[in-house]
Amino acid sequence: MKAAPFAYCRPDSVDEAVDVLAGGDAKVLAGGQSLVPVLAMRLGRPGTLVDITRLPGLDSLVIEDGQLHVGAAVRQRTIERSAHVASVPLVARALPFVGHRELRSRGTVCGSLAHADPAAELPAVAACLGASVLVRGPRGDRVVDAREFVTGAMTTAVGPDELVTGVRFPVARDGEGFGFAEIARRHGDFALAGVAVRVRGDEATLAAFGVSDRPVVRELTLDDPTESALRPTTDALAADIVDTDGDAHGSRGYRARLLGVLAARELARAHREAHR
Amino acid sequence: MSRAPARDEDAALVTGAARFLDDLDPLPGTLVAAVVRSPHPHARIRSVDLEAARAHPGVAAVIGPDEVRAAVRPFPLSTSTPMPYLPSAVDVARYVGEPVAVVVASDRYVAEDACELVEVDYEPLDVVVDTRAALTDEAVLLHPEAGTNIATDRTFSFGDVDGAFERADHVVRGEYTFPRYSSVPMECYGVVAHWGVETVEVWANFHGPFTMVPVAAGALGVPVSRFRLHVPADIGGSFGIKSGIYPYVVLMALASRHAGRPVRWTEDRVEHLLASSSGAGRVMAFEAAVSSGGAVEALRVDLVDDVGAYLRPPEPSTLYRCFGNITGAYDVPAVGIRARAVVTNRAPTGLNRGFGGQQLYFGLERLMDAVAARTGLDVAEVRRRNLVRSFPHRTPTGGLYDSGDYPGALDLLLAKGGYDELRSRQVQARAEGAYYGVGLALVVDPSGTNIGYVGLATPAPERKPGRDKSGSTEIVRASVDLQGVVTVLLGSVPQGQGHATVARRVAAARLGLPVEQVRAVVDMDTASTPWTVTSGSYSSRFAPLVTSAVVAAVDRLAETVWAGASVLLGVPPEGLELADGSVRDPASGASCLFRHAAGVVHWDPGSLPAGAPARLATEGEFVPPEAVAATAEDRINSSLCYGFVAEMVGVRIDPDTLVVTLDRVATVHDAGTILDPVLLEGQVLGALVHGLGGAAYEEFRYSPAGQPTSATFLDYLCPTSAETAFDLVSDHVSSPSPLTPLGAKGCGEGSSMSLPVAYANAVADALAPAGVAIDSLPLHGSVIHELLCERTSGL
Repeated sequence: MKAAPFAYCRPDSVDEAVDVLAGGDAKVLAGGQSLVPVLAMRLGRPGTLVDITRLPGLDSLVIEDGQLHVGAAVRQRTIERSAHVASVPLVARALPFVGHRELRSRGTVCGSLAHADPAAELPAVAACLGASVLVRGPRGDRVVDAREFVTGAMTTAVGPDELVTGVRFPVARDGEGFGFAEIARRHGDFALAGVAVRVRGDEATLAAFGVSDRPVVRELTLDDPTESALRPTTDALAADIVDTDGDAHGSRGYRARLLGVLAARELARAHREAHR
Repeated sequence: MSRAPARDEDAALVTGAARFLDDLDPLPGTLVAAVVRSPHPHARIRSVDLEAARAHPGVAAVIGPDEVRAAVRPFPLSTSTPMPYLPSAVDVARYVGEPVAVVVASDRYVAEDACELVEVDYEPLDVVVDTRAALTDEAVLLHPEAGTNIATDRTFSFGDVDGAFERADHVVRGEYTFPRYSSVPMECYGVVAHWGVETVEVWANFHGPFTMVPVAAGALGVPVSRFRLHVPADIGGSFGIKSGIYPYVVLMALASRHAGRPVRWTEDRVEHLLASSSGAGRVMAFEAAVSSGGAVEALRVDLVDDVGAYLRPPEPSTLYRCFGNITGAYDVPAVGIRARAVVTNRAPTGLNRGFGGQQLYFGLERLMDAVAARTGLDVAEVRRRNLVRSFPHRTPTGGLYDSGDYPGALDLLLAKGGYDELRSRQVQARAEGAYYGVGLALVVDPSGTNIGYVGLATPAPERKPGRDKSGSTEIVRASVDLQGVVTVLLGSVPQGQGHATVARRVAAARLGLPVEQVRAVVDMDTASTPWTVTSGSYSSRFAPLVTSAVVAAVDRLAETVWAGASVLLGVPPEGLELADGSVRDPASGASCLFRHAAGVVHWDPGSLPAGAPARLATEGEFVPPEAVAATAEDRINSSLCYGFVAEMVGVRIDPDTLVVTLDRVATVHDAGTILDPVLLEGQVLGALVHGLGGAAYEEFRYSPAGQPTSATFLDYLCPTSAETAFDLVSDHVSSPSPLTPLGAKGCGEGSSMSLPVAYANAVADALAPAGVAIDSLPLHGSVIHELLCERTSGL
């Protein structure tokens, strides 16, 4: 379990990083919590690793224009412990489920997005909230809607010569309520099924994860926002959304069951919160 | 607030000062090895090309099938079935992860680079993965020369089994499946091997049984006297798993021979999960002849172990380790047994904490619940009616239960564990439409294996006269230095259990010394540490056997100290007493310091009367009584001591998510005399969590095509602290063993045997209203969901 030979590069600027990426056969290294095991098991063997953790500006964690801006070098644990995290309650609720504390001390928010594991929490939160992913490449900067960011299992809209520089989560507004829940085999494991929910008035946005090759976002109108009344709707929704063969940890049917239960619970909870 | 650590070992462990195998650098110029492994579950090796790997810069040697075939003899097996086992595949690879070649290089990175250059031409063959399928005539043969995949098949009958079944009011039957899982030590396998001029010298985190020392030396074609094994004092856990390291010892010794340099191999986690060892999987059928009053009059037991691709010694011992206690906690006069082991295209199996017990009791204790259901008795009551009540108790298979109070332990469990309270929680939960269940398991916990059970795999007429095996001898050296400090040398190869802590206290108490005046040193060097063929840290043998040898050794040392004291006190040595660091003459009340008495023997032996014992270092051995070879009728007392565990689990199952929550675990242990309550509690907790792993989380799974699907920690799930914060009630009864000088029995494995089935019984009880049958592990939400769906679709 030792990586094949690779070159290591720590550029001084974002543009220099983009230049190295444009050279081809390169991979961005941020927290390394997913990439390094892949290298060690020789499941991936990029020629060059571009370490972005010390790039100036990428450690930015600020609220501006009603958005929480999280730079690409910001560790999950940093935002978890930041006062700013309260402004985006869904991020605050999801972070404790991201791996373990030790992993979050190294792992980055944007790295989780870019890695795009189908069961990862943060891509679902970003999709639920309609966050904006900031990308820079040889042709300059562009902004990708988080709902269009993940294009499949472990694949995103980011090109091989592009770099995610940050993500902007909309700050919660008055009258909004949120819900987040997942079920995993053990605490810290990838979810068998999970939901991130935002409710405004009777309108809800739900992002499901762990049940397809990417986060699945649905808009709903909550006529009767109690859990029991929601269950037929969420069970039907789950049957429609779940698109995985499942595995020994969670069969397809079990994941659908969990999604139906969790969606109803969290929609009801978020609705109560929105109408407090 | 400061508090002394519970164990002498802890300061080094928590400060990072402990030295594990990979911390040792015993020989200069040691190179590093990596192993090329088969990606196929079953494939003929058409050719192997090592040239490109050998030419890679930094590579010192590469060995493959030719080198192994030329120099290594197949390991001696426990049966005569022709299923030759070598440390690596030579003609056919039989499981994914089986070693095929070894690269020796300047470092591990270079070695792994060169591994990719080894060209193996494989011809994939049909596979057999399923245990039942392996039994059939249609199954592909792993070892065609054997003509079968059944490595051993023995039938036994004790007492009037058929008569009891004819007379029975009820015949209760169940079929069960037990999964493969491990104990997942934090430290993986590690070997440093040097093929020297005179001696093959090896450092390995091997913990026995030392029967594997002649097995490994024999494979290398060297006498045991030229095979020198060192085991570091610190081993990062094993729980039986590291007994499977010896094939790698052989392989690395051969690699060293070809490299002309010492070779280090440190197993990584993927290698460990793919190809180290695990408990054997088992499919089994249990049948009970039951009276109308719920008495079990006879049992029929049919066991089939999946031992993987080879019958790697000490397999098929999973079948026989519990032979003497196969009737468990119950007074059952007759038992019929069929014991088979089959080979499949999976990794070889072996010791795993509880060895054979978790498999056995999963069947027996699920069956007892079925007996309760059939007779309408409460699960506690039906067990109580069948308990062994007088000791010593001879089981029909030859076991001799040395002591116990099974009804007392059960009563304590039900009272302290709150059986009635949990039942009322169940009533309330069911009224609310929720699932709640209570599960019991009563198990006999054997310790101090009698090696004689190995003979059972061979039919009695074929066992060679004069070649019987028996016993479990332990030997310990003790010495006293010129300042009166006593040293106990332990070759007990602990894996973190705290042997030194306990041995030190046992010796100090025996010699009337403060613990500060005794030290225990852990060191195994087969060239200098006393050892026996049964040495090792397995079958919970420390408490019953090693401490008994400590007592024997320090008792002998005491004679030396009495001789010195007799000079100082001017009295005969007979009758002197040791207490408070002194030697006292009870007749006169005169005393001298222990250290002064020892000093006389060191400095002034000329003053000793002729013939006085002056052994400043001595050895004490313990040869367990009642541990004799299997009889011609195939009866065997398979262990020296038999402890007891009564366990109860309460589970709550969310009716929506089907997530299982441990509401309570209650456990009562009888390990005889308790040597150290803190360490005993640690063993109980560790075994419970190990059992929970097998019950709910861990399983080595294979695809139908034979590919392992749990070879990383993403898929092989061990319980973590977050999963173990359950409500625990733990208590003890103490029935000292009459067979050990301190009355102690082993205590390292009990709940590893009981918790898996107690958990299954609880889940089964919870789901009883839903009409779901539970006959396998692990049990978690997805499994329960599928069981509920099957039931629904079956209606």
